[in-house]
Amino acid sequence: MAAGKDKPKLAVWKFASCDGCQLSLLDLEDELLTLAEEIEIAYFLEASRATVEGPYDLSLVEGSVTTAADAERIQEVRRASRRLVTIGACATAGGIQALRNFADVGEFVSTVYASPSYISTLEESTPISANVPVDFELHGCPVDRYQLLEVVAATLAERRPAIPAYSVCVECKRRGNVCVTVAHGTPCLGPVTQAGCGALCPSCDRGCYGCFGPMESPNTESLSAWMRGLGAETPDLIRAYRNFNANAPAFRAAGERAEGAPQ
Amino acid sequence: MSTRRIETNYLARVEGEGAMRVRLRGDEVEEVELRIFEPPRFFEALLRGRALGEAPDITARICGICPVAYQTSACQAMEDALGIEVEGPLRALRRLIYCGEWVESHCLHLYMLHAPDFLGYESGIAMARDHREVVERGLRAKKAGNRLIEVVGGRAVHPVNVRVGGFYKAPERRDLEALREELERCRSEALETVRWTAGLDFPDLERDYELVALCSEVEDEYPIDRGRIVSSKGIDVAPAGFDATFEERQVPHSTALHARVRERGAYLCGPLARFELNRERLTPLAAEAAAEAGIGQGCRNPFRSIVVRAVEVLYAFDEALRLIDAYEPPDAPAVEWEPRAAVGHGVSEAPRGLLYHRYEIDAGGEIVSARIVPPTSQNQGSIEEDLREFVAAHTSLPDAELRDRCEQTIRNYDPCISCSTHFLDLTVERR
Repeated sequence: MAAGKDKPKLAVWKFASCDGCQLSLLDLEDELLTLAEEIEIAYFLEASRATVEGPYDLSLVEGSVTTAADAERIQEVRRASRRLVTIGACATAGGIQALRNFADVGEFVSTVYASPSYISTLEESTPISANVPVDFELHGCPVDRYQLLEVVAATLAERRPAIPAYSVCVECKRRGNVCVTVAHGTPCLGPVTQAGCGALCPSCDRGCYGCFGPMESPNTESLSAWMRGLGAETPDLIRAYRNFNANAPAFRAAGERAEGAPQ
Repeated sequence: MSTRRIETNYLARVEGEGAMRVRLRGDEVEEVELRIFEPPRFFEALLRGRALGEAPDITARICGICPVAYQTSACQAMEDALGIEVEGPLRALRRLIYCGEWVESHCLHLYMLHAPDFLGYESGIAMARDHREVVERGLRAKKAGNRLIEVVGGRAVHPVNVRVGGFYKAPERRDLEALREELERCRSEALETVRWTAGLDFPDLERDYELVALCSEVEDEYPIDRGRIVSSKGIDVAPAGFDATFEERQVPHSTALHARVRERGAYLCGPLARFELNRERLTPLAAEAAAEAGIGQGCRNPFRSIVVRAVEVLYAFDEALRLIDAYEPPDAPAVEWEPRAAVGHGVSEAPRGLLYHRYEIDAGGEIVSARIVPPTSQNQGSIEEDLREFVAAHTSLPDAELRDRCEQTIRNYDPCISCSTHFLDLTVERR
């Protein structure tokens, strides 16, 4: 990669989120200092006070848009960024806070805050892609730090990141996991969830809870039928899809289908 | 008389989005504000109607830096409601994964966020150019903490293996044994870290806080995962007594709710409070290191919290090794439970301080109401009082230096604005 003054400029931006995805960058303990030698960390407030003006070669955006001010800010970020990559379930799907999209946000506000009039918030939590064009979306709640490193390296090298679009099932097979659904009757979102975590939950004898969001072409209808066969009831199915990626179109549709199904 | 404004519009090296404003008229501090503009995410509202077993996974998403704290307080609140007890090896595992989080969170703050203030750098990465070995030592320790969380919890950020009643799968002895060598190395290095922090230059500030922390019911055990809530002014209550003891109020100069001891005032939770109230419960190694670092007889200077964090990192490595030595895998990875209508309370010591959860659940196991009080919202009052006292004593400093010192004063708390926001009143104010 380029050296000296030509180092590519990286910016990291936060919207409504838990900080966990940008933390994944700092969790690259073995690679962090080397990475910092190869690129210029131009804007990353969680890590540094020093900020460099744009334009930036790569902006990593964490979090969803939930306020009018943030809806404006993401436009500025886009204008200042040559490439914009969203990281994590909040930025790619709206995050857990998108559960407000299925409820009355005014009622949410008054549940949490004594003086609701102070709170300025939008009715929906939206992914970054609903606000500005996005060059690549990296799934995960949180993202996998090595996938993040791959995305940074690939984007700066002007190639497509090598991020698989297949399901968690493939990762289970690769790890040699016994299928938790087949062997134990445990409901599992693995068949419809994008790989990337390394099949963490099934490796802990637990069904996947879908934190990497829907895979490329998920057959949620078939999975829902399977889950009902294993004893899952309508509220269980709705909760399964309406989680950290509730607003991702495929999971949103699956939840709505479960809701509309005869009891 | 002229008015001076000391402002930072976007605080760096803290978790989340906040700003600081201090207004001086002559030498008089007129106004001090830690402003929060992190967008709210309404966790307490969205938890309603969810299954009680989902609370640990959902509340973990409040904070990517201390998810284990959220999972632990949530599990314990639910277990309190369900009337089950999680003891023996399951409790040991809970404490062990929490040790990993203390190490990971404290080392991130100590090396990457806080130390640059003392040594005059913009970031830990910039500091590494001149202090490579020191930063590498910090990253090694942080990695070991993360590794511990991964081995017990499956993942460092938002672990997947934690559940109400215990875990989905208990690690084997050999899984934990495999960590020993690195943990021992990091424990020795943690001793060096304590010495290193003790040699930093600390601004003068002594505060007479009311200190609030947990106190373990197990003799000689430093509080991490549970305990009674105690204070330096005589509070001593079970977790269920939180609401009767503390309140959140609006104060005239701020739009943020501040937690106070009822009918008394601001208080301090976090490493300094834990250490002051429990330092006789440290392991001999950690106690000696604290004494050598000059805080063996106590510490009320918030700038020295970096030394206390270093002592707690040393303790966490020591405690993790003790837990691994004593570990015998449990017969079952979790205590079984049946839902029932009840209210439960859970507390634990997040890296930044006391984290309280309260849930009401119905007979079918759905959450009826949720209340979560994170440490940073509890510490807001003390942060502002520190700022006020520090500025009043240093009005002769030029603006830029005063601003840097004010930021450092806030960073003493390792504030987690992402955590606190969901529970604070706020107005959005962007320059």
